Amino acid sequence: MAIDPETRAQFIETLDRFVRERLRPAEARVAEEDAVPAEILAEMRDLGLYGLSIPEEYGGLGLAMSDEIEVMFTFCKTSPAFRSAFGTNVGIGAQGLIIDGTEDQKAKYLPKLATGELTSSFCLTEPDAGSDAASLKTSARRDGDAYVLNGTKRYITNAPTAGLFTVMARTDAANRGAGGISAFVVEAGTPGIRIGKPEKKMGQQGAKIADVIFEDARVPAENLIGGVEGKGFKTAMKVLDRGRLHISSVCVGVALRLLEDSIAYATDRKQFGQRIADFQLVQAMLADCRTEIYAAQCMVRDAAARFDAGETVSTDAACCKYFASEMVGRVADRAVQIFGGAGYVADYGIERFYRDVRIFRIYEGTSQIQQMVIARSLTR
Amino acid sequence: MKVLVPVKRVVDYNVKIRVKADNTGVDLANVKMSMNPFDEISVEEAIRLKEAGKATEVVVVSIGPAQAAETIRTALAMGADRGILIKTDEEVQPLAVAKLLKGVVDEEQPGLVIVGKQAIDDDSNQTGQMLSALLGWGQATFASKVVIGDGSAEVTREVDGGLETLSLKLPAIVTSDLRLNEPRYASLPNIMKAKKKPLAEKAPADYGVDIAPRLKTLKVEEPPKRSAGIKVPDVATLVEKLKTEAGVL
Ligand SMILES: Cc1cc2nc3c(=O)[nH]c(=O)nc-3n(C[C@H](O)[C@H](O)[C@H](O)COP(=O)(O)OP(=O)(O)OC[C@H]3O[C@@H](n4cnc5c(N)ncnc54)[C@H](O)[C@@H]3O)c2cc1C
Repeated sequence: MAIDPETRAQFIETLDRFVRERLRPAEARVAEEDAVPAEILAEMRDLGLYGLSIPEEYGGLGLAMSDEIEVMFTFCKTSPAFRSAFGTNVGIGAQGLIIDGTEDQKAKYLPKLATGELTSSFCLTEPDAGSDAASLKTSARRDGDAYVLNGTKRYITNAPTAGLFTVMARTDAANRGAGGISAFVVEAGTPGIRIGKPEKKMGQQGAKIADVIFEDARVPAENLIGGVEGKGFKTAMKVLDRGRLHISSVCVGVALRLLEDSIAYATDRKQFGQRIADFQLVQAMLADCRTEIYAAQCMVRDAAARFDAGETVSTDAACCKYFASEMVGRVADRAVQIFGGAGYVADYGIERFYRDVRIFRIYEGTSQIQQMVIARSLTR
Repeated sequence: MKVLVPVKRVVDYNVKIRVKADNTGVDLANVKMSMNPFDEISVEEAIRLKEAGKATEVVVVSIGPAQAAETIRTALAMGADRGILIKTDEEVQPLAVAKLLKGVVDEEQPGLVIVGKQAIDDDSNQTGQMLSALLGWGQATFASKVVIGDGSAEVTREVDGGLETLSLKLPAIVTSDLRLNEPRYASLPNIMKAKKKPLAEKAPADYGVDIAPRLKTLKVEEPPKRSAGIKVPDVATLVEKLKTEAGVL
């Protein structure tokens, strides 16, 4: 559902304040403690952020993609670790259910995802299956009224806190390709599931990734998403199409923040008797940031509008994710440059953003995979 | 008990305001406006009273231009039940505001009115006190804590020497200070729900109030620019300069 412009404006203004008053002051603490404080998680739940994309009939807000990206442009003017806490419920962790789940599956889980009572994770990547996700080995063997899952999923966002996993596993051992893969919703309390130790990461401290290990985990057959085997890889790809637009809007938000900080610094810092913002070489960096952010923003808005209109936007979503994630990398790099030594020193937070944004070029399909997707659609 | 909360639309507290070139006032063109922070605290307090079962209904009222409806919507999204907009494009000074609010109080018969201690645009700090006089109700200004009892309220006030606690008979006027509470953020579900809450539109004439300004603004000026300070080598020099140059010791 699309919300009216007035409601959207009011919500975005509230978020803008929330980010300014509550999240920005906590950024250093979140990085230091490698955790988002419980009171902030509670506030994000109260604001309705966990249910942004979940349909209204299941207790969410059912935002259209065009609304979701505008919300993220504003919300992400802060450490992306905050977004990560609820991001899986908006995107990859919940969308499999929303897009392809049966009525019973949706009714059972979506309301709890919408309120944030449950956090979800998306389990596709494995130790030997990253970019080549269709080669995944985790198996799901039918046994009576259940499937028995075995295998290891790697680098799974929110795994340590998740109550629910969307898991892609091979139901057809004979079919080594995408067609042998099915998707399941799996409750975290299921016996036979272990969560690995959270990984030490380059950035986004406060957001957790870990292995999810399945050892003879019995999952009720009714938890097969959509109730049909062999559709799991397709489900995952649909989830990622939408996820790529979401991530693109996150990149734009963080880039907007970096530009804001860069402008503030450049108009304050003086060298050679004048503001560094008055040097043309610094101005060029600011102008390049603005131009590229605007380009990414336009791309995301266009693709989101066409997604809402029912068009297939896989190629364009790949273009958006490719451009926006590379763009925010360049913007972060320029921000460090504009800040000079201060950009390299932790107190200013710029080096933290520089590390935080690096992942955007890697997960939900690396830049190379996006290039492949785009080129393949051109030469098909 | 019904609680009435007046809310004012003012320049957002984050905006660096500029004085108009002709010194007639503050430049409001394209300036972000939002709810007076003290009013936000009042709304929050009223909602908390309702959540605690001490109040049954929270009514917000704003006096101002059509856009003041947005300010009311914000209060409704926070949790107030209904709104009244007294629409006018004229400048409304504290006495006229107090008279209009008296009209609303006569109609609505609230058990408590929570007013911000001042609005951050004009910083008058008069409306609550004037309303109390017009109604002949008790008042507790600069509240940092409000406890509702049976037909009475115990209000902790922030005064120069520390804290003072007053007991008032209800109905009464309370004006809120900064430390009364921390207002909540309106959630998107509540923003959506707020759209369906009633918002009545009135005019000053409906209350028979003449809002013509009684005070005339002669001139609005920027505060004088602060000149750069100096560094002194030691405490002795500092004390010496405070005595001889600054003349404050
Ligand atoms: C912080 C973080 C969070 C994550 N969250 C999740 C999650 O929630 N759920 C989940 O399932 N996964 C998650 N992942 C995993 C992530 O999606 C993968 O790391 C990513 O898809 C890349 O896979 P890989 O690491 O195996 O790299 P590889 O696939 O081994 O790639 C290594 C390099 O080879 C390149 N390459 C690979 N194939 C080709 C090709 N055909 N042509 C050209 N170049 C190629 C890649 O572009 C890359 O540069 C997360 C990872 C991180 C670090």
